Amino acid sequence: MREGAAIYAEGLTKRYGETQALAGIDLEVPTGTILAVLGPNGAGKTTAVRILTTLATPDSGQAWVAGHDVVREATAVQRSIGVTAQDATVDELLTGRQNLVMIGRLSGLRRKDAAARATELLEQFGLSDAADRILTGYSGGMRRRLDLAAGLVTRPPVLFLDEPTTGLDPSSRLRMWDVIRELVTGGVTLLLTTQYLDEADELADRIIVIDHGKVIANGTSGELKADTGGARLEVTLAAPAPGAVAALSPFVTGEIHTSHDGRRLRAPVRSESGLATKVVRGLDDAGIAVDDVEVQQPSLDDVFFALTGHPTEEAPEDVSADELEPLAQAEVVR
Amino acid sequence: MTTVLIPSSTAPTPRAPGLVRRVADVAALTWRNLVHIAREPLQLSDVTVQPVLFTLLFVYVFGAGVVLPGGGTYADFAIAGLLALNLTTSSMGTAVGMSSDMNSGVIDRFRTLPMWRPAVLVGRSFADLMTAVICAGIVGITGYVIGWRPGGGILATLGGFGLFLLFSYGLSWGCACLGMVSKGPESAQGVGLLILFPLAVVSNALVPTQRMPTVLRAVANWNPVSAVCSAARQLWHNPNPSSSVQAWPMQHPVAASLLWSVVLIGVFAPLATVLYRRRTVG
Repeated sequence: MREGAAIYAEGLTKRYGETQALAGIDLEVPTGTILAVLGPNGAGKTTAVRILTTLATPDSGQAWVAGHDVVREATAVQRSIGVTAQDATVDELLTGRQNLVMIGRLSGLRRKDAAARATELLEQFGLSDAADRILTGYSGGMRRRLDLAAGLVTRPPVLFLDEPTTGLDPSSRLRMWDVIRELVTGGVTLLLTTQYLDEADELADRIIVIDHGKVIANGTSGELKADTGGARLEVTLAAPAPGAVAALSPFVTGEIHTSHDGRRLRAPVRSESGLATKVVRGLDDAGIAVDDVEVQQPSLDDVFFALTGHPTEEAPEDVSADELEPLAQAEVVR
Repeated sequence: MTTVLIPSSTAPTPRAPGLVRRVADVAALTWRNLVHIAREPLQLSDVTVQPVLFTLLFVYVFGAGVVLPGGGTYADFAIAGLLALNLTTSSMGTAVGMSSDMNSGVIDRFRTLPMWRPAVLVGRSFADLMTAVICAGIVGITGYVIGWRPGGGILATLGGFGLFLLFSYGLSWGCACLGMVSKGPESAQGVGLLILFPLAVVSNALVPTQRMPTVLRAVANWNPVSAVCSAARQLWHNPNPSSSVQAWPMQHPVAASLLWSVVLIGVFAPLATVLYRRRTVG
């Protein structure tokens, strides 16, 4: 165990039948910080979370949460954590309020305290109006919020959110981000998994990227982006201009490619706010007319491609689709 | 918002682990399962509408054709059997409910809570016991309305109901096991029906066993359902044609039904615990 780490794991492995879900994961989340575990479907994110939240036992390796061994001191770990799993773990046939009261009582709260806490959380998560409705009438976003609230009933110091926004529409997703952001300003330690680089970027202090059960990168979002070539700048000129390359060179971090007609220029850049405006201004100062300037942020695909040499969704060339199938299933094995 | 979310010194403190905590966990889950039954139209009708319907149908349809060896009215004979039929078939709800739980994320939620693990099973069995009480009460009242009269006094009457409820409690542990080994709620229901319906019917519950074919008669006389029905009829001074059957359980129905119930609980409660642990091990 490491001093000051709310979550600490070393050498976690886990095999489900033929599938090596985890092939030796190390991770560390200092108290009060947010770690995003980024990876495609089947990378082993859910398995890692299940081990850290006492739902699964590792084949080898050790992990501590809030100072307690997740295998030998599972109950002590359970007292310190809040969990929001990928698939809804709330009770469909109860109302929102009944769900939270039940969880409060099963966490050891007295009936009155559990009821008061439920009311408080429903209000915080904008669910007061739906509080006494059965969950079958809830939207996907409301269900996720309730699931998140369910993980917070006892005000746990360590939280696990497994893909909190997967499957949500964009506005529910932004709302979820706000909720998570407000959460962590209070000093809780948070481990969240995600398939989206922008989500990790938006919420986390540090990011680990996992693929095929192994950590393949570890750093802040800035470090990761720098490692992967950062963003891409694409400029379309009104007409070919010989001075364009020179005018762009202060902004770019690599070679500038010019298209055959001389009107389109592409180059890697370091992502920063207002970059497009500066580029337009720079070209304008050089007397070059611009049709379009676009800065493309690197996606998880770009990060993956840079780190692994293969894209996230498609099968790598040396692995057939059949072999990849069990990897996707590893996430749902229980 | 942050004030609500961060650990705070004013937060209510959870109870310390111990007996009180375990009882509270069981109570919370018993309540949850009762809410489920109340909200599932099929399960609710199993313990409310079905008992009335079965009682009326069987007494008036079968009662017209069955002649009891040794005399007595069919209504007096049938109520014990109808209690058996209703309680046995409604215990299928346990298998269905357990199976739904095992196939949903809610068990994972329970498993990340610092609760007493067996509370999931104990809470279910208690909820089932309470619904069995309701079911038995409805059969009893319907029976009374159409002429059934227990004649052994208050204690004996309650004792008869007690034997049924104990047996039903044992069955619900068996059904919990079935729910955990079946693939999903539908298959739990299908297999449950295949086991429970013959269990209820191949017995002395609805017709005397005397005129059944030899093999069937032997099965019926040793069927635990027959023992419970005979025991209740004996306690209630109701017609009990099986009292003349030489099989041991029919000669000692109270002892036999107690024994069967204890065996059911003794076998299936530990088995359910083992199955639950196996199903939820990561």
